[in-house]
Amino acid sequence: MAILVTEDTRLVVQGLTGREGQFHALRNRAYGTNIVAGVTPGKGGTDVEGIPVFDTVAGAVDATSANAAMTFVPPAFAADAILEASAAGVDLIVCITEGIPAHDEARVYNYLKHTGSVRLVGPNCPGVLSPGKANVGIMPPNIAIPGSVGVVSRSGTLTYQAVHELTTRGIGQSTCVGIGGDPVPGSSFVDILELFQADPETEAIAMIGEIGGDAEETAAAFIAEHVTKPVIGYIAGFTAPPGKKMGHAGAIISGSQGTAIAKKEALEAVGVRVATYPEEIGEFVQEAL
Amino acid sequence: MDLYEYQGKSLFARVGVPVPEGRLAHTVAEAKAGALDLGGPVVIKAQVQVGGRGKAGGIKLAADHDEAAIHAEAILGMDIKGHIVHRVWVERASDIKHEYYASFTLDRGAKKHLAMVSAQGGVDIEGVAATDPDAVVKVHIDPVIGLTEWQARQLVYQAKLDPAIARPAAVTLRKLYAAFVELDCDLVEVNPLIVTGDNEVVALDAKVTIDSNALYRHPDFAEFSETFVVDPIEKMATDRGLNFIKLDGSVGIMANGAGLAMATLDVVDLVGGAAANFLDVGGSADADTVIDALEVLTQDENVGAVLINIFGGIVRCDLVAEGIVEAMTRMELPWPLVVRLDGTNAIEARAILDEKAAGKIIPAATMREGAEKAVALAKGAE
Repeated sequence: MAILVTEDTRLVVQGLTGREGQFHALRNRAYGTNIVAGVTPGKGGTDVEGIPVFDTVAGAVDATSANAAMTFVPPAFAADAILEASAAGVDLIVCITEGIPAHDEARVYNYLKHTGSVRLVGPNCPGVLSPGKANVGIMPPNIAIPGSVGVVSRSGTLTYQAVHELTTRGIGQSTCVGIGGDPVPGSSFVDILELFQADPETEAIAMIGEIGGDAEETAAAFIAEHVTKPVIGYIAGFTAPPGKKMGHAGAIISGSQGTAIAKKEALEAVGVRVATYPEEIGEFVQEAL
Repeated sequence: MDLYEYQGKSLFARVGVPVPEGRLAHTVAEAKAGALDLGGPVVIKAQVQVGGRGKAGGIKLAADHDEAAIHAEAILGMDIKGHIVHRVWVERASDIKHEYYASFTLDRGAKKHLAMVSAQGGVDIEGVAATDPDAVVKVHIDPVIGLTEWQARQLVYQAKLDPAIARPAAVTLRKLYAAFVELDCDLVEVNPLIVTGDNEVVALDAKVTIDSNALYRHPDFAEFSETFVVDPIEKMATDRGLNFIKLDGSVGIMANGAGLAMATLDVVDLVGGAAANFLDVGGSADADTVIDALEVLTQDENVGAVLINIFGGIVRCDLVAEGIVEAMTRMELPWPLVVRLDGTNAIEARAILDEKAAGKIIPAATMREGAEKAVALAKGAE
């Protein structure tokens, strides 16, 4: 089955005519993803290597029955692009754009929660790859093979590293999801863990976290209650220098201040085996299967 | 981007939050002139981005401009927890009746804005929250709606602020929230927010962090960044579009992606070494990026060996390999170079390195092997 993106995904690409958008959309199509439309205001009626371009997402959805959107537009316009895709009625929005202002992101997240059932992955994420089925985003699909391990990660290249560790051991993946490293991601670890738990094809889950925030701690609590499949963890940033100082206010909220050690302990406390070296991710998953 | 107190206060003044009148001074003479200009008693405040200024002697009350000069003399050049004081803020002294605490930030867990208000301001608020959690009132704010009037009132009454100033305090909270949102701040913190003898609510301090992703909306904030002292190597890296942070160890690091770079630092530590830096060449690195990054690393005298750890996705390993080869023809690298390349075009990359850099670089098959080799070489160089 896989989660989020499959053979049934009909993708509209916001920012298809831009350099990055075009490069990755064509790469995604070459992998087999069904890309039905692009959107660039002012370029409606043209096409990119046969993919029809529309002025609005609503126009694209009307004409092509697109059910998912991938957003490549620049950060100043990305929040608006997400709202437009949501209003046009797609089920899934994958936002690759990096550098969206935090307040825009928080407003969009809460607005989507209030208004509908659309699922947002990202922003600032590498996308979603269901090996052998569909690739929506910028992940290099050649490192992945179809199988039964769900991968969810806050990082980009570290996700590739983890997938590579699995593939070199002959362990395939159901879906690889990069949720992105921004403060307010559209989908959290918990959202994706819930999907993997419900997906009959997924037998084990690899979860790649990093310092900052409390998403891993929240995920640990969720795993204890709701996840029966084996989960293997990895946390990056044990020796990373303290990042942005958030003043006293940030320290009070996060409690543990989002350290790697706190996250590792929270996960281990609920039975998640946490790898110390990235190479061990594949090893531990193999032992869990 | 963290702002100095005087910069934060200039933003407060923009949105109508009362702040004491003051003058910025870089020298004793400027401080004295500022005090004379303001007239009457003034406070001399060290402008550093670190807490505990008062305890360190960085905040002094002066009765007149002569005493202001004496204090400025003592404070300018002072080392406060490793931060040298280059400027002081000379501010008209306030008549303080109450000291409160107020802040606005993003609660990442709740994915909403969070307001915190306490009647016990002017002190270490983390200590207050730890010993008496009820003394810090928290209210979540829906970013779509913003801080409503009733929420502002609720913060004031629940925190048990002086009822005589309930109305102006609520108004000030809403103005601070407006600054938080409209000026794209990650944090607005006022400690203390005071009530004067005349029942005026005034921001006596300002801790403001600006969201650097939103700077394009605020071209006028460029003046703030100019006042920051930046490490010359970090500046060189930033000018070349590299994400670089200087660290204390001897193993130079170059990786692509923040997550993989952090993991590389961790693995170097696990095998007994210490990284000299964090360097993320980004998601679209090519040969030129690699040359730029190697040049930056040559500036750091503490580096004894360098580990390049690349997982090619969008980044093509063959281009990285070509960058390594090109860099070695352009300059004499002062340290051994351990290279681990995996992912897109890694096979082609290894062929390039075998052909053109054989014997000049140390190849590694995995992250761990690369880290072990680099750590051993860095230790040998000491």
